[in-house]
Amino acid sequence: MGALVLVFDGLLAAALIWLAWQATHTPGLFRAVISFIIFGLLMALAWVRLEAPDIALAEAAIGAGATGALLLSALGRLAVTDEAGTPWQERGDLYFWVPAGLALLGLLTLAAWQLPSPGLGEEVQASLAESGVENPVTAVLLNFRAFDTLLEIGVLLLATVAIWSLGRMPVPGVPAMTSPVLPALGRVLFPMFALVSVYLLWRGSHAPGGAFSAGAVMGAGGILTILAGAQPWLTGSAYGPWRILLSLGLAAMLGVALGVIALGQPFFAYPTDLAGPIVLLLELAAGLSIAMSLVALYLAGQPPASWNGESMRR
Amino acid sequence: MIYLALAGVLFVIGLHGLFVARHLLRKILSLNVLSAAVFLLLVALAREADPLDAVPHAIVLTGIVVSVSATAVALVLLVRLSLPRRGEEEGPGKEGR
Repeated sequence: MGALVLVFDGLLAAALIWLAWQATHTPGLFRAVISFIIFGLLMALAWVRLEAPDIALAEAAIGAGATGALLLSALGRLAVTDEAGTPWQERGDLYFWVPAGLALLGLLTLAAWQLPSPGLGEEVQASLAESGVENPVTAVLLNFRAFDTLLEIGVLLLATVAIWSLGRMPVPGVPAMTSPVLPALGRVLFPMFALVSVYLLWRGSHAPGGAFSAGAVMGAGGILTILAGAQPWLTGSAYGPWRILLSLGLAAMLGVALGVIALGQPFFAYPTDLAGPIVLLLELAAGLSIAMSLVALYLAGQPPASWNGESMRR
Repeated sequence: MIYLALAGVLFVIGLHGLFVARHLLRKILSLNVLSAAVFLLLVALAREADPLDAVPHAIVLTGIVVSVSATAVALVLLVRLSLPRRGEEEGPGKEGR
């Protein structure tokens, strides 16, 4: 059994290295993008082997799914879809890169060897009872280190604002399709995505899952709906409800962080008896924001003022 | 142990790609490979600890979302760069973006 696991790990590592090489060094941009998507999927397997199922869920949905969709749509919009000549600049400096790479690899190995293994596991286990949830990763994300998550939701909102502020994407991302089946299918499938997201969100309090995976699945559902040609209700009009949803996560986390001060607690320290409901509320808000942000990132620009007008114009 | 070595090799591949790639999309892909290597290192180290350390897991989850947003912004900028300028397309006299 042990030998079999070792063989599996070795094969996985070899496949990951080969795919990373394909994605960065072999000719053909399309092939590179596809290799990178498969790289993401295999990374999810590696996370499972490293006993990190939360990361595996997020990687499969965000790393492979959402990033893949973003990369493919960007590739489709590029004016020149292939590179001239080799993807490398010059092969002459191979004499520099091979020793330099080996030296760097050696130094990294040495550094990693001497790193003390992180030892916060016991502390997390000890205070898990006060966090209001049973899954240690969710407890760290939304209670012990909630400040990091606040900043991360902020980064997501900032990226959305940055993309939106570039104006409307001149090349439409929605394929012009005449089939009436696809939009209907997109609309029928979306409730399934919503159901899975709610399940993952609820599960996150006691098992792998949580806001990140839930938001990613919901966002993937939204992207699929757009791809199928169903007109979503997110528009560029001034009072679209999805602006509120986008900032809901950041607003809720800031509100809670400041609200507990009013209760006489330090910044971001929840009262122990209220911790469970607060974490669930924050997860819900963060999940919705992550889902909406992923859809907004996929649109790659300000959404059109009205989807009806947009599709008629085309 | 295999995964620590894998993280190192992926790091070098990503770094090399980042430096020598011609196309900007390649550089974005290399950057993503690089960040995957760093995540792998963090989680592989966390697995050595006993009991399993949840803090690196949470940080890596955060990192994955941040790297997706960075990739998305980079890709949109890349597409904008590759598009023909509006002025060239519609002739002079038109107001720029």
